[in-house]
Amino acid sequence: MELAAFTLIALIALGSALGLILKRNAIHGALFLVVNLGSVAALYLTLGAEFLAAAQVIVYAGAIMVLFVFAIMVLIPGKEETGPDPRRPLRWVALPAGALLLAQVLVILVGTRGPTPVGSPAPGGVEAIGRLLFTDYLFPFELTSVLLLAAMVGVLLLARRRT
Amino acid sequence: MLLDLGIVFGRVAFVMMFMLNLGGILTWVERKQSAIMQDRIGANRASIFGFRVMGLLHPLADAIKMLTKEDFRPARADRFLFSLAPFVSVFFALVAFASIPFGDTLRVGDRVIPLQAVTLNVGVLYVFAMLSLGVYGVMMAGWSSANNFALLGAQRAAALMITAEIAIGASIMGVVMVYGSLNLQDIARAQGNALFPQWLGQWVPAWGVLTQPLGFILFLTAGIAATKRIPFDMPEGESEIIGYFVEYSGMKFGMFAMADFLETVVIAGMTTALFLGGWQVPYLMADGFHFPWGAVATLPQPAVAVLQVGSFVVKVCVVIFFMMLIRWTLPRFRYDQAMRLGWLGLFPLSILNIVLTGVLLLLLGGRA
Repeated sequence: MELAAFTLIALIALGSALGLILKRNAIHGALFLVVNLGSVAALYLTLGAEFLAAAQVIVYAGAIMVLFVFAIMVLIPGKEETGPDPRRPLRWVALPAGALLLAQVLVILVGTRGPTPVGSPAPGGVEAIGRLLFTDYLFPFELTSVLLLAAMVGVLLLARRRT
Repeated sequence: MLLDLGIVFGRVAFVMMFMLNLGGILTWVERKQSAIMQDRIGANRASIFGFRVMGLLHPLADAIKMLTKEDFRPARADRFLFSLAPFVSVFFALVAFASIPFGDTLRVGDRVIPLQAVTLNVGVLYVFAMLSLGVYGVMMAGWSSANNFALLGAQRAAALMITAEIAIGASIMGVVMVYGSLNLQDIARAQGNALFPQWLGQWVPAWGVLTQPLGFILFLTAGIAATKRIPFDMPEGESEIIGYFVEYSGMKFGMFAMADFLETVVIAGMTTALFLGGWQVPYLMADGFHFPWGAVATLPQPAVAVLQVGSFVVKVCVVIFFMMLIRWTLPRFRYDQAMRLGWLGLFPLSILNIVLTGVLLLLLGGRA
């Protein structure tokens, strides 16, 4: 049962990831990414991490990707309005970069292959995550908020200069 | 095993039937309520063999009309997304209700059945997540129609929905802080406790509307905005501006209208669960009534469960009635007014509500 659920969700995740890469239409790609993020949330759910799954959907699928789709709709014209891509040769850079990334992931995967942990899984509840965020990981947490604040102030500055 | 499956099916079916039927009846309620408010008679012509039943057949006639209309699709439309968009809208509105509890538990023999379609520890976040995904239906509809007016309408709608959702998320936080849980069932249960028992005795239940008055107003306002209905209906503005579903006809158009009604039900259900005590009946405990003046009336468990479900349904209907009352009372906001209300009114006030709640919780020493 669990295996069947995992296989199904993993297949959806893989398929949507492929769709994201292969689709020429930017909106279709973005919507595939939404499906992908949702299926990863479903994977979290099968692991019992309800809070992480909800946060994944709210933050990534519900907020960030909405803005992505929004921006693509407003800013990127359809393919009949743009000519051929002038930066087409740059695409060949993607091959070595992708190969490098794949190698990294493989090294990490092989390096951490150990005995599967038995017993209680890592706590994924709201209390556990909250406690970790505000004790052990307080510094990175606050640092991230400062980073976001800086980005926000930067956007305000850019938006204001126009007028 | 089969019985367990049947029970799960029953729980889900109850919520789904509740949502779909209420959504359908709401089209009738809306016509009749507006008619009464404006001193008219309202829709009453649809009849079967001369029976009119106060116009209750109009939703049926609507459905038949919608289903038999031409299903038009613009020539340059994105075929797949154009067809998918209304389904996405309805789907996320429908599933959002799943984690809202409509009763405590029903004990049959040694079986304890939770009266909730899905028991989730993060029910609040689940409803919020599903509501926030509803935006995709709107955006897909506007974009795939290959119509610039529809695209503009979709952008208005998406901006409004994002504004409303952020305010909803921030205004829920106060409730979560007071009751100390993200589980809607826990929150509903905690609202059965007495408010300030040391001063008020057992007289006043700790409903969210009393512990979070500001949060209640903010949530309901943002919730009405999230349903995209008057006074926040500038995404469609049926009388003068063009909305995201301008290219839709037949049942696909009907599904967008239905999604708005379903979202109304979800917002009413959330308001009930978070602020109006959920399925709580005042002074009704698991074994019967315990009145604060000392009287006790014991009730069998199924009767208690029925009372609770009835109480929940009544509360949801009252909230929907109130939302419709607002819909037929206020004029439409201008787009910039709605944006200003959302970002400079609702959102900062919700943050203020979180801070105030935190300070008060500290001063009063713990949760209500």
